[in-house]
Amino acid sequence: MTGYIEQREKEANELRLNESIASSDRPKPPSAVASTMTFATRALLRIKHVPEQMFDVTVFPVIFLLMFTYLFGGAIAGSTEEYLQFLLPGILVMTVAQITMYTGIDLNNDIRKGIFDRFRTLPIWLPSALIGSLLVDVIRYSMASVIMITLGFALGFRPEGGLMGVLGAIALILVFSFSLSWIWTVCGLIVRSEKALMMISFMVLFPLTFVSNVFVDPRTLPSWLESFVDVNPISILATAVRGAMHGTVTTQQVIWVLIVSVIMTAIFAPITVYLYRNKK
Amino acid sequence: MSRVRGVSLEAAPDWAIEAKGLVKIFGKHRAVDGVDLTVRRGTVFGFLGPNGAGKTTTIRLLATLLKPDGGSARIFGHDLSKEGDEIRSRISLTGQYASIDEDLTGMENLVMMGRLMGYGRAAAKARAAELLKAFGLQEAAKRQVKNYSGGMRRRIDIAASIVVTPELLFLDEPTAGLDPRSRNQVWDIIRALVGSGTTVLLTTQYLEEADQLADRIAVINQGKIIAEGTSSELKASVGTGTLSLQLVNAEDRPRAVNILEDKLSAAVRLMLDSTSLTAQINDSFLVADALSELARNKIAVSDFSFGRPSLDEVFLTLTGHEAAQEAQSEEGVS
Repeated sequence: MTGYIEQREKEANELRLNESIASSDRPKPPSAVASTMTFATRALLRIKHVPEQMFDVTVFPVIFLLMFTYLFGGAIAGSTEEYLQFLLPGILVMTVAQITMYTGIDLNNDIRKGIFDRFRTLPIWLPSALIGSLLVDVIRYSMASVIMITLGFALGFRPEGGLMGVLGAIALILVFSFSLSWIWTVCGLIVRSEKALMMISFMVLFPLTFVSNVFVDPRTLPSWLESFVDVNPISILATAVRGAMHGTVTTQQVIWVLIVSVIMTAIFAPITVYLYRNKK
Repeated sequence: MSRVRGVSLEAAPDWAIEAKGLVKIFGKHRAVDGVDLTVRRGTVFGFLGPNGAGKTTTIRLLATLLKPDGGSARIFGHDLSKEGDEIRSRISLTGQYASIDEDLTGMENLVMMGRLMGYGRAAAKARAAELLKAFGLQEAAKRQVKNYSGGMRRRIDIAASIVVTPELLFLDEPTAGLDPRSRNQVWDIIRALVGSGTTVLLTTQYLEEADQLADRIAVINQGKIIAEGTSSELKASVGTGTLSLQLVNAEDRPRAVNILEDKLSAAVRLMLDSTSLTAQINDSFLVADALSELARNKIAVSDFSFGRPSLDEVFLTLTGHEAAQEAQSEEGVS
């Protein structure tokens, strides 16, 4: 009796299997926008399922801001409140710049897990896989910015540029971070392990963010260091963001940020796409 | 059933894969070293070989994931090096490791694949639900894939490959590490796919799997195809019969080899286990004689068999070593 039921069940399963195979039709490949949005949806779903990954854009900024305000405030500017006016725009730049490296780590994980191979055998516009997740990263960067500015406000940060100035500053950070992410996607495609990738990102980002005008006025530095700080892209961005928040930004400062962003994207985005397509 | 069989189509052969002299070099290692391959549309082609033989690299070349360093190939008549998009719209790949997002649920994975194949939102959802049901994953639809068992993972992986039924499906070791029940489920899926006209190229280390599923089998070793044919052709190429012997005492083995080689006038092979030996012979009359000669020399035999060679023996004869042995030592390294 059970044998009979099992047999019938097996037949029913086979029928379902055959039907599901036969019932597939072949739609037209998706448009670039549709596939980009699909990859963005994937990134959002990953946030939903792995909320821990939001630590870097929520807890990090809070710790950084509190730590540096109260640690250096008294020593550097005489009072924490005064230092906060100078520090907040810079530390916002530094925090967001540092969390851009997670883009590379996510991509590196995809490659090692094999889903990357599946994406590459699909008839899609390949850069959409990267752009989709970068778009969601932009949302993450905005979150980090909002959290930091809100906390800063509670601590006594008073941007003289008003709301428009703050929004303009955030826009500059997002454009810059999107462009900076392409460097990490290149690294993520080249480097074999997540550990090595962390090392590289750290070695680049640590000096770049600290040897800048984020914490101190470069005029206090020895001249050889000052000239490095002046051309450091992080300084260029921090200057413009600080200017925007306090209402003293110049067109030239904004243009410099855009130039640096365009250069980074123009160099590293094509390399990323090339490597993505031709990865061994 | 569009499975291509019989003579009528012989006049107009319809090839899914035609590869000539494919070469892939990693550093100094020739991972794929001049592979010629033709796979008829609608059939299952089995790629048999130990780890590191070049199976995966060959699949990755044919699936446009790697650029060959030499040779050429056509997939359904489309040039591998020039018509990548044409090829990618006809093929699908299920890699050795789960090629899905383990943090997403089964449903979300299949909907994503549907969207990437070009379905609209509603159609992608309907298709995902249909596949989950057909693959017996309905209850697990809303669970993250990382919580799936090995067999479920394999099935969702294959389901993701056939959201749009591909004309050519690459399966890289589809049943590695599965229990027998899950393995049978995967085999059923593969048979159903072939029944609907899909061509399947699968790699395996398991001779039984190739024997069960594949219309034709290529044995690959060190980047080269060393034999190709149907399962029976491969078996026949080795000899009509295999004598397998197991001795009671390992120290009798050298004497037994001498006696057997003398009586059978065939080469005797030593198996891994220190009491076993085999010989390929064409004349079954010699067997009785050889066995009684062993008895006269007081060499005790605990077990013997005489029959058509298994694919295991084919592999042993072709490569000079046992498939299982190689596979084990490779796994030990990785």
